[in-house]
Amino acid sequence: MKTTAELIADDPLWLSIIKVVAIFAFGVVMTLFMIWLERRVVGRMQHRPGPNRVGPFGLLQSLADGLKLAFKEDIRPVVADKWVYFLAPIISAIPAFLAFSVIPFGPDVTMFGHHTALQLVDLPVGVLVILACSSLGVYGIVLSGWASGSPYPLLGSLRSAAQVISYEIAMGLSIVGVILRSHSLSTSDIVNAQEGGWYFWLLPVSFVVYAISMVGETNRAPFDLPEAESELVGGFHTEYSSLKFALFFLAEYVNMVVVSALATTLFLGGWRAPWPLSAIDGGVLNTGWWPILWFVGKTFFFLFVFVWLRGTLPRLRYDQFMRLGWKVLVPVSLVWIVLIAASNALWNTPGVTTGQRLIFFGVGIVVLLVFALLLPDKRVADDEEFVPVTGSGYPLPPLDLSVPKSPPRRRLPAAPEPAEREMEPAAVAAADKETGDGSL
Amino acid sequence: MDGYLGGYAVVGLVLVAGVLFVTVSFGANRLLRPDRPTAQKLLTYECGVDPVGGGWAQSYVRYYVFTFLYVVFAVDAVFLFPWATVFDAPGFGLATLVEMFVFLGFVAVGILYAWRKGVLSWV
Repeated sequence: MKTTAELIADDPLWLSIIKVVAIFAFGVVMTLFMIWLERRVVGRMQHRPGPNRVGPFGLLQSLADGLKLAFKEDIRPVVADKWVYFLAPIISAIPAFLAFSVIPFGPDVTMFGHHTALQLVDLPVGVLVILACSSLGVYGIVLSGWASGSPYPLLGSLRSAAQVISYEIAMGLSIVGVILRSHSLSTSDIVNAQEGGWYFWLLPVSFVVYAISMVGETNRAPFDLPEAESELVGGFHTEYSSLKFALFFLAEYVNMVVVSALATTLFLGGWRAPWPLSAIDGGVLNTGWWPILWFVGKTFFFLFVFVWLRGTLPRLRYDQFMRLGWKVLVPVSLVWIVLIAASNALWNTPGVTTGQRLIFFGVGIVVLLVFALLLPDKRVADDEEFVPVTGSGYPLPPLDLSVPKSPPRRRLPAAPEPAEREMEPAAVAAADKETGDGSL
Repeated sequence: MDGYLGGYAVVGLVLVAGVLFVTVSFGANRLLRPDRPTAQKLLTYECGVDPVGGGWAQSYVRYYVFTFLYVVFAVDAVFLFPWATVFDAPGFGLATLVEMFVFLGFVAVGILYAWRKGVLSWV
């Protein structure tokens, strides 16, 4: 029995080329289909039909849009940096496809009379390749914003830089959790290691952190700050038109498919059939070409969640977004890594009794408690004058601004009272005058 | 396509295919699209008004301190990934585990310091 890596290493060149073409076709078709699906699903969520004119159910709408973009005039602002402006969409599109090369679509099959695996290449550092590709894609966004020479794209690219930096950390730390269990960075090994149980319930914290950070990493709603339409017009691609604009769209959707496919590989057992189906006939559904079906199905589950989130949640404010990344996701991931590493090592050490393990866990919980107590509290304003607005010092009028109670209006006094009051000083003055007169 | 670097050659194949894809599509785009620039079209977009000044305006990058933190954690990840593959393999034992925990502790002190300094909140 050969390993997947050895199997793939035997591929002749023509087979590799066929797989490369298949990867590109998969990426482009998924993009066209996803744009259609997103518009239809969001339309349904908002009680409107969505695109339904071009082709059956409007399926060819995105193809028509893509073709239309290719026929449009390409406008480059005079102040833009020519070469960087030209290269930016390419830099963001190509790495997106590059990441597909290590994704395992299925196990061993016979393709055109050649025994191989449904994976282009099985690198020993496969997961790192995907992380590297997603980082390279950010260069495209940052450079496009800078090269446009316009304030909105510049702001979008700055936001993107900070955002991806923050969420890349959380994503990397959540992947470390997976590697602590699988002991390998190779994607096919990770899928094989999930034969006994999928990691989404063995590593629930890693799964949740990954799921959140993958939305942040792909700049999708509710984390779509770099292209926030209502704040920055279009963000980094405001100044782009024609095919370059289309390439940004392609990159965004291919990236979505890549992170969903990676989530499937890392946490949902990759190409493995879900439980009741995997038991049929001794696991016949886990062999041959069947696994592609499960893989694509699970990937579509994540893609649907992307669309669902977009239809449900409003965009986060920038400071809330960064707070979530650095104050929640990163510390939680760090503690989680320590926890699973310690428990893993404890379980694998021979000669440790259950009582000793429980003592170790007790100590661990005490350490966690001490750590939690050391965390700085939220500062409570003890100043009476301080009016809490929205929970943060964001320099904008708060949305829940409550109009202060108007001061109690003085009732129009009854008629005799003012007369008396006005009389009094006058009377005193008159009396003074009289006494003054008297003294003189 | 065998040997240690053979796999990377295949990744390079994807890169070549990507460049080919982009070249062909840009070539087709160049042939198909109209090209009638006017001075008005070539201005940058500023919500309808004429842009004032250059595009590369000075702006205050909030959270620039995060880039320092990022470097800390990127280095952290570089050490974590290889460690995670071997930490409970035979022959490594408790020392490997504790060493990494000490390292993670130092990194955690970094983020706690930033937290205490108020770097992580909006100013």
